[in-house]
Amino acid sequence: MSNTKFYLPAPSAAAGFVAMLKRDLLLSYRHKGELANPLIFFLMVVTMVPLGISPDPQFLASLAPGMIWVVALLASLLSMDVLFRSDFDDGSLEQLLISPQPLYFMVLAKVLAHWMVTGLPLTLAAPLLGVMLALPEGGYMPLCLTLLIGTASLSLIGAVGAALTVALRKGGLLLSLIIMPLYIPILIFGASAVSNAIDGFAIMGQLAVLGAFAAVAIVLAPIAAAGALRVAING
Amino acid sequence: MNWQWFHRLGSPRWFYQKTSVLLPWLTFFTLAILLVGSVWGLAFAPADFKQGNSYRIIFLHVPAAFLSLAGYYVMAIAGAVGLIWRMKLAFVVMRSAAIIGAALTFLALISGAIWGKPTWGSWWVWDARITSMLVLFFLYLGVIALQEAYQSETTANNTSAILTLVGTVNIPIIYKSVDWWFTLHQPATLKLTQASTIHPSMLYPLLTMVVGFYLFYALALILYTRAEILKRECRTKWVAEMCGVDVNNKTSRT
Repeated sequence: MSNTKFYLPAPSAAAGFVAMLKRDLLLSYRHKGELANPLIFFLMVVTMVPLGISPDPQFLASLAPGMIWVVALLASLLSMDVLFRSDFDDGSLEQLLISPQPLYFMVLAKVLAHWMVTGLPLTLAAPLLGVMLALPEGGYMPLCLTLLIGTASLSLIGAVGAALTVALRKGGLLLSLIIMPLYIPILIFGASAVSNAIDGFAIMGQLAVLGAFAAVAIVLAPIAAAGALRVAING
Repeated sequence: MNWQWFHRLGSPRWFYQKTSVLLPWLTFFTLAILLVGSVWGLAFAPADFKQGNSYRIIFLHVPAAFLSLAGYYVMAIAGAVGLIWRMKLAFVVMRSAAIIGAALTFLALISGAIWGKPTWGSWWVWDARITSMLVLFFLYLGVIALQEAYQSETTANNTSAILTLVGTVNIPIIYKSVDWWFTLHQPATLKLTQASTIHPSMLYPLLTMVVGFYLFYALALILYTRAEILKRECRTKWVAEMCGVDVNNKTSRT
């Protein structure tokens, strides 16, 4: 009898994924104030553009696709820092690492929850900002579509940076420094799809490339982020 | 297959002693080839019929650009070796490669700007290759910044190695996207004269300079790594013996 060991059956990876997703969504729901911050940032920076450059609608229209994309990218980047921060501070991250669940799916669940509370609202708010920046008619649908796919890749790549800097007290600025170069391809294809659509060209190519980026990021980014989290905990 | 040499590489002491033998030869050849290449390129190669003498900066610009790219892969491979085999020496090489690579990328950008002024009439244009180089420079800076941010050496090594590997996956993607972006925007036509076939009288000194820069890179990497090894191992016996300090007589050192 003394040699027998009892193990609790580990929940399946899917159950762990769903539990993690629910937990993170609940946590963000409990901090409603923080939910709005990226959106307010998005809105404020877009307000700065006409003030700083020119309120001329024609001029703004030529600027709008790229501007909205750049600001969405920055808003997503600024929200990245908190992704693993509180879990690292209160020790839940260590529990995650020793849990029987594969860390890959745990990271993926956290990123998905993060995207649902930052990337998705940014996408939904983008048409409003398009109106403010006099975005031409044909640009709205492509803007939403590219942001929908693009912000997912942004969140996934940003998660790697967040994991790399989580053990630092002040990782925020460093996070932007190391991640921004990696965001460049997404910005190029996202913004060019919107301006192409406005000019009346096909955008399926850009959407396909953005989708390819997202697919590669889903496969690779959680692996890198999980590795970085292990380093952050174990040194 | 005998892997002993590979595991020996992990020993800083072995590396230091082997490179001590190699170093005078490497220094000699580097200086000789760089001297031959630069005198050949700057004094004897014919002047370009369009750009005159201003094209001669190519003998500095192109090798620096070659090495800044190759240097990223040296850094990434060193980082991967360090992560996989837990080899401390590999991390030292990775740190050194980051600094040298950033310096060479900066040199390529600056020499490109200086060359661009008389040729294109402006210091900076948003050309695909220039933009890619700038992004590469940012990637190097990110790796260096991440290394500097951590107090713990192990964490600094491991995190920056992961970042280098992530960057390695991204570099081809970034290059292709920037290329694509450039063809989309269709700016004023910029014709780089050297993009067409280069005359052998200019090609040979250029190749000499490229070889010289590769040797220089190896030399700089070894020197940086050796300095770093000495800094880390300054309390060990073999370093003290090498410096002629009597390790048993501690009172004389304090």
